[in-house]
Amino acid sequence: MKLIALGFALSATLVGAAPATTYPDDSIYQLQVALTDQQGKAQALDRYAGQPTIVSMFYGSCPHICPMLISSVQQLEKALPTKERGRMRVLFVSFDPTDDAKRLAEVVAKHGVDGKRWTLASASADDVRLVAAALGVRYVQLPDKSFSHSTILTLLDAKGRIVRRTESFTDPEPEFRDALSQALH
Amino acid sequence: MRWSAVLAAGGLVVVCFAAAVAAEPFARVPGGRFDSVLPVAPKVYAVEVAAFDLATTAVTNQDFLGFVTTHPEWRRGAVPRLFADDRYLERWQGPLSLGAALDPEAPVTGVSWFAARAYCANAGARLPTWHEWEYAAAADATRADARSDPAWRQRMLDWYATLGGGPLPPVGRDVANLYGIHDLSAGVWEWVEDFNALLVVGDNREQGDPDRMKFCGAGALSMRDREAYAVLMRIAMLSSLEARYTTRDLGFRCARSPAP
Repeated sequence: MKLIALGFALSATLVGAAPATTYPDDSIYQLQVALTDQQGKAQALDRYAGQPTIVSMFYGSCPHICPMLISSVQQLEKALPTKERGRMRVLFVSFDPTDDAKRLAEVVAKHGVDGKRWTLASASADDVRLVAAALGVRYVQLPDKSFSHSTILTLLDAKGRIVRRTESFTDPEPEFRDALSQALH
Repeated sequence: MRWSAVLAAGGLVVVCFAAAVAAEPFARVPGGRFDSVLPVAPKVYAVEVAAFDLATTAVTNQDFLGFVTTHPEWRRGAVPRLFADDRYLERWQGPLSLGAALDPEAPVTGVSWFAARAYCANAGARLPTWHEWEYAAAADATRADARSDPAWRQRMLDWYATLGGGPLPPVGRDVANLYGIHDLSAGVWEWVEDFNALLVVGDNREQGDPDRMKFCGAGALSMRDREAYAVLMRIAMLSSLEARYTTRDLGFRCARSPAP
């Protein structure tokens, strides 16, 4: 039985290398990665396709920067009219493959984010590297298991194309806010 | 039960055979502990590397042509912009032809990290990590760690001077190192799996200034010692890349973890 599983795993690797073709050729949604959300449900990277989405990366046990990052996106949301806010989606992918649904759900609860529009997700180390590469995020795991990482907010359009990025996440420049309003309009 | 096991084993042989055809020969690099030129945490340089297999040469034009022949989605002109910039496989005459000017046995260049990764995955392998690459490259023909030898450094520095987008010689010309691996200090720049981890080694997470946070590890490139210069040049180059970038002097080789 072990052999069968191994055989499948190898074939899956071969198939997984092929990029999908249903999105524009610069769309992040072409990435084939397997995410698990805060409810333990399997999700694809394009789960919010059709809606403007802010994507970023974090990790569950992150002491300072990640909570600030989440608050910053909540501030952005707050500044939007209700109708536009309702359209906005947020996807945070964890650097930490050991972040399980329980830990992700804790982060959701702690920050009081709207679980209907926000997804906090984890993935395998391989898939995390892929997502970070596509988003231009740099990160490394330190010997104490924490992560050192760059912090970037990326605004995707409905088809997963990058509209705008900002590294000044605590106070995004007006251009980023404008792009967000425009995308949600 | 017996039959299913036999069938499964048969399937496995087919998979492994396919992988063996596509891949270059690998050499075993025994695990060990060494000091990386980049700190893995503030003031921590010691790194434990588990035993791994590294391809004895970089992937050649011929190898990569075989890959795109069976994987049309990775051909020049077909590969999505997300996965490669517009200089992808620029040295080739066409999507499926190398052209007479190009040595089929020279390392393939103009490949993005995504493409390199896909090639290795197809060969049942992966890209090496930076630490694996650095550890293997520390060896010369007789010693596992020759880095304190000025001759070792000079070879790498001499090689940098030859780069500039001109024709590349075939792989394997450089004398094999202790493990039987060629061209680690002369050849092409090579992708590593964690190229996007190389600048974020410092620990500035406690700082409140976002400008300082965005490159947590910029300080890590302050030179630990002058001897590390030759290797730091490679790190600086890799860390300047995005995964979709390609250049005329940037190729790759595959690695794999030994079966447990």
